[in-house]
Amino acid sequence: MNEHAPDNETNTVIAEPPLVHFEKVTKCYGPLTVLDQLDLAVAAHEKVAIIGPSGSGKTTVLRMLMTLETIDSGLISIDGEPLTHMPQGDKLVRANAAHLKRMRGHIGMVFQHFNLFPHMTALKNCMEAPQTVLGMSKGEAHARASDLLAQVGLADKLDHYPSQLSGGQQQRVAIARALAMRPKVMLFDEVTSALDPELCGEVLAVIRSLGQEHQLTMLMVTHQMGFAREFADRVCFFHAGRIEEQGPARALFENPQNERTQQFLRAVMDAV
Amino acid sequence: MRSTHSATLVVAILCFGAGLWVTGFSSLRDFLPELLRGVIVTVQVTAGGAVVAVVAAFGAALARLYGPKPLRWFASTYVEVFRGTSALVQLFWLFFVLPHFGLTLSPLVVGIAALGLNIGAYGAEVVRGAIGSVGRGQWEAATALNLTRAQALRCIILPQAFVAMIPPWGNLFIELLKATSLVSLITLSDLAFKAQQINQNTLRTAEVFASVLLIYLALSLLITVAMRALEARAARGLRRGRVG
Amino acid sequence: MSKVWDWGYAWEAFPLLAEASIITVKATLMGFVVALTVGLLFAIGRMAGPMWLRWTVGGVVEFIRSTPLLIQIFFLYYVMPEFGLTMSAMVTGVIALGLHYGAYCSEVYRAGLANVPKGQWEASIALNLSTWSTFKNVILPQAIPPVVPALGNYLVALFKETPLLSVIAVLELMQTAKILGSETFRYVEPITLVGAFFLVFSLVSAALIRRLERHLNASPGRRI
Repeated sequence: MNEHAPDNETNTVIAEPPLVHFEKVTKCYGPLTVLDQLDLAVAAHEKVAIIGPSGSGKTTVLRMLMTLETIDSGLISIDGEPLTHMPQGDKLVRANAAHLKRMRGHIGMVFQHFNLFPHMTALKNCMEAPQTVLGMSKGEAHARASDLLAQVGLADKLDHYPSQLSGGQQQRVAIARALAMRPKVMLFDEVTSALDPELCGEVLAVIRSLGQEHQLTMLMVTHQMGFAREFADRVCFFHAGRIEEQGPARALFENPQNERTQQFLRAVMDAV
Repeated sequence: MRSTHSATLVVAILCFGAGLWVTGFSSLRDFLPELLRGVIVTVQVTAGGAVVAVVAAFGAALARLYGPKPLRWFASTYVEVFRGTSALVQLFWLFFVLPHFGLTLSPLVVGIAALGLNIGAYGAEVVRGAIGSVGRGQWEAATALNLTRAQALRCIILPQAFVAMIPPWGNLFIELLKATSLVSLITLSDLAFKAQQINQNTLRTAEVFASVLLIYLALSLLITVAMRALEARAARGLRRGRVG
Repeated sequence: MSKVWDWGYAWEAFPLLAEASIITVKATLMGFVVALTVGLLFAIGRMAGPMWLRWTVGGVVEFIRSTPLLIQIFFLYYVMPEFGLTMSAMVTGVIALGLHYGAYCSEVYRAGLANVPKGQWEASIALNLSTWSTFKNVILPQAIPPVVPALGNYLVALFKETPLLSVIAVLELMQTAKILGSETFRYVEPITLVGAFFLVFSLVSAALIRRLERHLNASPGRRI
């Protein structure tokens, strides 16, 4: 577990350079400011849970990291290298498509609605990108894919199509698919929100075991407060495009300092 | 797709078949061989036109969606012009006007080209619509896995769009089949031409035209059945299966 | 050796073609009126009639939609006289167009009628309205506006198929163009002008139909 001492500002001071670094990132949709001068740093192997009310910008953070959205101002860096911009001479300019594609290989994402490829089996879903993007041979991709699917507990469902799998199984395939690309950072966007309650457990268990085993760096937007509390290293509470409060998971849940955090946690716990 | 309609189609065929049988099936034997010769030409034009249509449709749709500006403009013009004028006008234009530009093509080639391009223009919209109907999540998943747009299109999007476009293409192919009757007007000996010919020779108008209508109906049904089978095969994995 | 495009000839041909275009428009409008009426009858027959009627009408509609308009025109033109019905080429053509597109319109009507919520029928029954007045005052006013654009598209399609009437010598645009061409052996100008005429009309009406669609979708009280 990483030791870090958060101060009361939104900046987190950590021992080593952050793997993911948002610096004063702003994003607006017309008149609506979704992210407001966001500063966020995630260390290697750190597991960060992002919680907050809807519209607070949580999902946008992940989508921008995955290059699904552009930023309006600020800078995002991965492992010291700029993601949203690229060096030109000694200046930084907006990244072009080639740079984004190169950097994108460091990030993997699991979506709320799985987004599995319906015309491919579970195995093929996990083999597709390694073959097409990484240029792996069919044999290598097959081995990697079946190994990962076994790790998520679906060794017997390799030849099943998504329509033949339950929601929990589909999401586990989605996790395996993302991991097959060996990203440095894994993003989880409310991955249990679209699942029936009894299916959440299997997905969370997989996240927990894989996260620990592979020492993954993770950013998770989640409503699963119990999971965040006992699994995440750090929790960030978002409100209106800013981090209202962040800190070690247990501390934040047991003793929230900020009033809005307290309100939110009260409302969420009441609903359970 | 006309899903419930094959039943009515079958009933219609049976009724007409019965009607013909009553009015003297034996007479059908007299001109059936001639008619079948016409059917061969009709099938040729339909098949050739179908190939041209599919190629033109995909080309135009992809050009309009992803091509550079001049290509996009060219594709849009093609679609608008061929959808805005009727098949007969296009057919006649290619048949009567092209020779003036030094390009004399056989009626068969003119027929296949004109009708193929005509249906292809409508097909371009079908292809565009089908590509657009694939959920955004699929594109996002492809991006998250770092596929290029071309790879995403080829491996993820088009296979799914393909299934969605089979029913409308089925309807377009039937329109193509019906449009082939127009090539009789540019001296091609298709089924419609034979019908006119036999009618003029034998004056057994009702029988001839009724048989011809029946044959076209049967060919339509063939297309419907074939497309239905194609859809079933292509949708293997995409069908809403049992949730295990 | 001859010019590709002779503006002088095109200019000469124009008035003749303009006159013929009136015939084209007449045939279109009359054909469309027939199509709208026949289509509605087909649709009602298929949805509200006894079983035997539904199957018969269904069979007829499918038959018409699956066979070429050209053959249907020939059939009516040559076969009808054998049953004692001798009509002018124009009338035959209009009826053929009307029946053919009536079959297409019937599908459009069916979709429109099916989209009216069942509750509307039930409320009318509860209020003891007669079937006829339910249809006229409750159902049709809700069923028709959403499908007007689709009907409009068939009007355009019908218009573009009027050249087929040239095969039974109706003096519309295409027939006139062919006659001009055969007289002077120059087909380029007449046929291109005809093509241009259809193209312009098609684009204009497509824009108008889009406008109509927006207008209909925007009127309050229609969408819930």
